[in-house]
Amino acid sequence: MLRLEGIRKRFGPVEVLRGVDLEVKAGEIHALLGENGAGKSTLMKILCGILTPTAGTIRINGEEQHFADYDQATAAGIGIVFQEFSLIPYLTPVENMFLAREMTTKLGFLDRTAMRKRAQEILAQLDVDLPLDVPVRRLSVAEQQFVEIAKALSLNARILVLDEPTATLTPSETEHLFKVMRELRKQGVAIIFISHHLEEIFEICDRITVLRDGEFVGDSDVADIDNDRLVEMMVGRRIENSFPPKPALLPQAKILLECEEVQLRRGGPISSFQLREGEILGFAGLVGSGRTETALAMLGAYPAVRCKVKVDGQETRFREPADGLAHGIGLLPENRKEEGLITSFPILQNISINNYAKYRKNMWFIDMQKELASSEAAMKSVRVKAPNSHTRVDNLSGGNQQKVVIARWLNHSMKVLIFDEPTRGIDVGAKSEIYQLMRDFTAKGDAIIMISSELPEVIGMSDRVCVFRSGGIVATVEGDAITSEGIMTHATTGKARNVA
Amino acid sequence: MSPESTVASPSNPPRSVGSVFRKIFASPLALPLIGLIVVSVLMGLASDNFFSVSNLLNVLRQVSVVAILAVGMTFVILTGGIDLSVGAVMALAGTIAAGLMVKMGMPAGVGLLAGLLVGLGLGFFNGVLVAWGRMPAIIVTLATMGIARGLGLIYSGGYPISGLPSWISWFGVGRVGIIPVPVIAMALIYLIAWVLLHRTPFGRHVYAIGGNEVAAKLSGVKTERVKLAVYVISGLTAALAALILTGRLMSGQPNAGVGFELDAIAAVVLGGTAIAGGRGLIFGTLIGAVLLGILNNGLNLMGINPYLQDVIKGFIILLAIYIGREWR
Repeated sequence: MLRLEGIRKRFGPVEVLRGVDLEVKAGEIHALLGENGAGKSTLMKILCGILTPTAGTIRINGEEQHFADYDQATAAGIGIVFQEFSLIPYLTPVENMFLAREMTTKLGFLDRTAMRKRAQEILAQLDVDLPLDVPVRRLSVAEQQFVEIAKALSLNARILVLDEPTATLTPSETEHLFKVMRELRKQGVAIIFISHHLEEIFEICDRITVLRDGEFVGDSDVADIDNDRLVEMMVGRRIENSFPPKPALLPQAKILLECEEVQLRRGGPISSFQLREGEILGFAGLVGSGRTETALAMLGAYPAVRCKVKVDGQETRFREPADGLAHGIGLLPENRKEEGLITSFPILQNISINNYAKYRKNMWFIDMQKELASSEAAMKSVRVKAPNSHTRVDNLSGGNQQKVVIARWLNHSMKVLIFDEPTRGIDVGAKSEIYQLMRDFTAKGDAIIMISSELPEVIGMSDRVCVFRSGGIVATVEGDAITSEGIMTHATTGKARNVA
Repeated sequence: MSPESTVASPSNPPRSVGSVFRKIFASPLALPLIGLIVVSVLMGLASDNFFSVSNLLNVLRQVSVVAILAVGMTFVILTGGIDLSVGAVMALAGTIAAGLMVKMGMPAGVGLLAGLLVGLGLGFFNGVLVAWGRMPAIIVTLATMGIARGLGLIYSGGYPISGLPSWISWFGVGRVGIIPVPVIAMALIYLIAWVLLHRTPFGRHVYAIGGNEVAAKLSGVKTERVKLAVYVISGLTAALAALILTGRLMSGQPNAGVGFELDAIAAVVLGGTAIAGGRGLIFGTLIGAVLLGILNNGLNLMGINPYLQDVIKGFIILLAIYIGREWR
């Protein structure tokens, strides 16, 4: 149905795609795999007309296509759901689906009944039930995704691209999405599925195509391939075990940070936890279970009902993250671009931004030599791959961006770092580097709270795990008790201590 | 400023004339400077008198008030905010200062100090409401604009307050050598602003907030305090501009500075600062202000109808922004 041949794309001197082939049949779910920077997104942008290829052909049902823009690709039956949704948050699902091609009555007014009817038909075809009269910002991420898919289908898309659709979904939402995808497959839609979760590939996909560094590595039926071989194709080398070994925890480890009572919502559960020196404490649980909010509340960046924190045994109250910084507690947020990095700054100033106390001269001024030396040292210690420290951060890959944020905090003498989804959207190679950096940090007796939705990561990295459910901690597990079954059970069926 | 030579690898080819040019053109100041040069040359061609030393110093003296207002405006816009109250704050500061001296018979120093306090106080008021009140800057400062303008008119009864001690005129029309005092004041204020923005942590925080306020906050920048500070700076520069204006007019004018906030914003934007914040240079603002001043001066020298002048200026601003956007 769809055939891309010898696609090349050059940005100035850099060739990001070097002769990529991709063939997708009708009624097939086709995984497009590769590390970050392998060229998946560029290829998809070419497919949907946002970029034009330097060389190569696109054929749909044997007919050669040249898309000048997104609209032409849409007209040819291509629909794409980007990682960042393109929905207008204040409009309803129906208004979003028919945005810019509203149906009108003969008098030129909006034909709301017709649009609503059509929307219901499409959603019924997906076997999805959505509230149609609330603004989409009130919908869950998964529901918004369904709106996006429905929007693509309302344009008669026969080829649907889903770019990392499961990254922000809970397991049950992912299941629902898969159900929808299977339904579409039955109806003969070709789906190109991008995901970093390999287990999902085996669950849902029929075929795979792997890219590496802009080159076509190979394709295969999913049935003919196993996990190790897939990873090898993606990274070009076998990764035996990406998690560094867990050191033995001292039985008498000092408590660095103690959260005595956190209550996120009025009437919600009250949780407490302790963080000991040298450990990685995992925060597991479903998205929306209160993991991130608890961490933010501790730092004073989330308005919790109550939050009692003790640092080194002394009761402290943080009104804003700057207070946390003063006590040696730092946060590495989940959305690096929106919350972690100052994208208009080069690497250098992104590292030095919260550390000016360290390089003052004459009281008030920045000692720019010291700033440069210290920040470049931090940048080197985490091995950021960039031409130099004046490179702008928005040109870096996800892994390197995360390393810049890590460098910012390592440049301090921090005692506690809170990593929120430390490796989301980061490729396999950079992942293991980041895991090693985290272990290096705890080896000095400092401690980490790691919020993560990826169970293998939670299990592979955490010394202890707090499992969250509906706003509170329902269980804390340790040592051999850290198993995926155990954590999932607590996360999905555990009962939080409720206090009115 | 960027020590690129320290990181350049030895394999780099020797610098050609082309690469030097490219480097100059890559600077954010390049475009405003080119605009300034083009407009100056055009004005020089249209009027023999334009390039005389006395006329150029005169232009600088004329732009000084708006240029000083634009310093505070640059700080505010760099954080992603805006301050519409500067013209009205300037008028109020001048009126109060003059009123205390003339109507209340207070020593001139007390009057001048009171003028500065008016600027600082209203800046503080704006800053608190924007930073901690979390209200949109455009609304807060619009309200302050009305309040300040109204207070000035109430205090003065709507009439200029004249009869100031004669030495006050030194601030407006005095000279050191051949250089007018307002020009010296303007230069000093720009230098201080540059140091603040590029040599202190505060300056970095200003840019960081404009670049990504959430990230700045989460990494431990005290964003509220920084935002308060930029509005206080804007109030202060409004009060300093008031001092110069009062010296020039030799009276406190409650109706002075109407629309100056727009000239100040235009200077900032013409100077290449992003209206959304995070990017921009203080000396760009100076170039922008001088560019506007030259347009005023040149159009006057050419004897163009003042109503038409506003129209021409409007189109030139649009053109400049358009070119600036296409350039990047």
